[in-house]
Amino acid sequence: MARPAAGGEPAIAVDHLSKRFGGRAAFDDVSFEVGRGEVFGFLGPNGAGKTTMVRTLGTLIAPTSGTAIVAGFPLTTENGVEIRRRISIMPETPGLYLHLSVVENLACFAEMYEVADPRDRIEAALRAVHLDDRAGDTCGTLSKGLRQRVALARTLLSDPEVLFLDEPTAGLDPVAAREVHDLIDDLRKRGVTIFLTTHRLEEAERLCDRVAILNTTLRTIGRPDQLRDQLFSKTLTVRTRVPLPDPGSAFGSLPAVESWHEEGPVTYVLAVSDPDVAAPAAIRKLVAAGADVLSIGESRHSLEDVYLELIDEVPQAARR
Amino acid sequence: MNVSRRRVRAMVIKELREYRRNRSLLWAMAIFPVVFCIQPLVVVFTLASSASTELAHEHLLLYLLGIPALVPVFVAAYAVVGEREQATLEPMLSTPIRSDEFLLGKALAALIPSLAIAYAVYAIFLILVAAFGRPAVASALFQAPDLLAQVVFTPLLATWSIWVGIAISARSSDIRVAQQLGVVASLPSIFVVVLVAFNVIQPTLGLAVGGAVFLLVLDALGWRIASRMFDRERLVTGTR
Repeated sequence: MARPAAGGEPAIAVDHLSKRFGGRAAFDDVSFEVGRGEVFGFLGPNGAGKTTMVRTLGTLIAPTSGTAIVAGFPLTTENGVEIRRRISIMPETPGLYLHLSVVENLACFAEMYEVADPRDRIEAALRAVHLDDRAGDTCGTLSKGLRQRVALARTLLSDPEVLFLDEPTAGLDPVAAREVHDLIDDLRKRGVTIFLTTHRLEEAERLCDRVAILNTTLRTIGRPDQLRDQLFSKTLTVRTRVPLPDPGSAFGSLPAVESWHEEGPVTYVLAVSDPDVAAPAAIRKLVAAGADVLSIGESRHSLEDVYLELIDEVPQAARR
Repeated sequence: MNVSRRRVRAMVIKELREYRRNRSLLWAMAIFPVVFCIQPLVVVFTLASSASTELAHEHLLLYLLGIPALVPVFVAAYAVVGEREQATLEPMLSTPIRSDEFLLGKALAALIPSLAIAYAVYAIFLILVAAFGRPAVASALFQAPDLLAQVVFTPLLATWSIWVGIAISARSSDIRVAQQLGVVASLPSIFVVVLVAFNVIQPTLGLAVGGAVFLLVLDALGWRIASRMFDRERLVTGTR
């Protein structure tokens, strides 16, 4: 089972969990753990089973097989209420009562969680999403972005141990999305465990301690940089003003350089085991050889590269 | 079973706020009682004083028990499928609320306007008859046992109608279909009421007591049955 980086009892522990709808598997034989206070990204294409996983862990639907522990409670029908007391779910669509005002929506949900001081909680939640000046507005009159923020405020009311966010920035403009990111950062500092499903890979890379890539089965799990290192070799890209007369002698004997190839007349890509060792050595060698070095830098594969590589794995295998 | 009064109360308050601001639902609730009253009012206003002797042996006022049997179905049928259509069901079911609490809140919220409408329409009917009907006809109509029956049976019939509506709503995927099925499901109650009102079934004290107990049991069972029919997974995913 993939274990979280942080120690202690995990906030979520999933063990060989599967969910089938008739003959179709939404997700199959999935195992992972999420540490307390961790921001865990759950990535995958449409129909990969991300939302079904959130609904299953949120006790809205029952798994077909396997076990899980959520917020310290085994995932069973009997524990549904206890689990839901300790978690909060923000579904993909805000799901607000459009005839009611923002504060009436939040008041209803505060009562559902039986919070001790509903008025203070509502005020704090609205402040957190910068909506304290819109408390009296009818939700039906709000823009999609504002509705999303109200839904986010709703998830904060119960001060949850585990927060499930299903595409929290879908449909938000960049400024609103940044505010959501800041809020997630703030929640992380407060020790809230966040289970984030997203299509925005840069969002996952920026926010998540670890990510899992799901496409019915779990493809991989780990820190974004760890996944990059697992899948792609590290490379240095060197650009010179004019083509090198003998690049083989320039790069062939460098320490930590495993191989090299040309990528255009003045661009050379070096596969390296340690960029910190290879880069200074390459610069020294090229300067000594009289070459004009325009730039040298480590080529970083993005999480998107990792994602595409893993999601394409099955179709490629089928083609082979 | 632990039922959280706080959650049930919150659900009732939320529902009542929604009814108040959802004009189409209010219209649907208000139109049927008015239509229901027009025909008996026309009959009563056109009756001659000589008809009062025959009228004294009938129980025409019991006909108005059709209102609590029919009106609640419109809001009750909206209860679950309405939440599902506006995508509010999933966030609500993600909270610690139990199915029993959710349904009880919905039922109580539907009962309040239903009772208010049924009693108000009944009162208006009596006032109109007293004001514009012939005095002999009015006094023949106003029989104490019928008035008592209206007071007792209105909540019993309304509660049953609500559970039927909620059970249908929990299994429907469309509001209109749920409301239409709800109306069809409330027809047997209305049929019995009409038979009693027109003396086809002779109303007696024994029948009244037996009917009240029977409805009380049905109402208690209704909560259980509606809870059983409330399948979170099917409602959230649309499968099973």
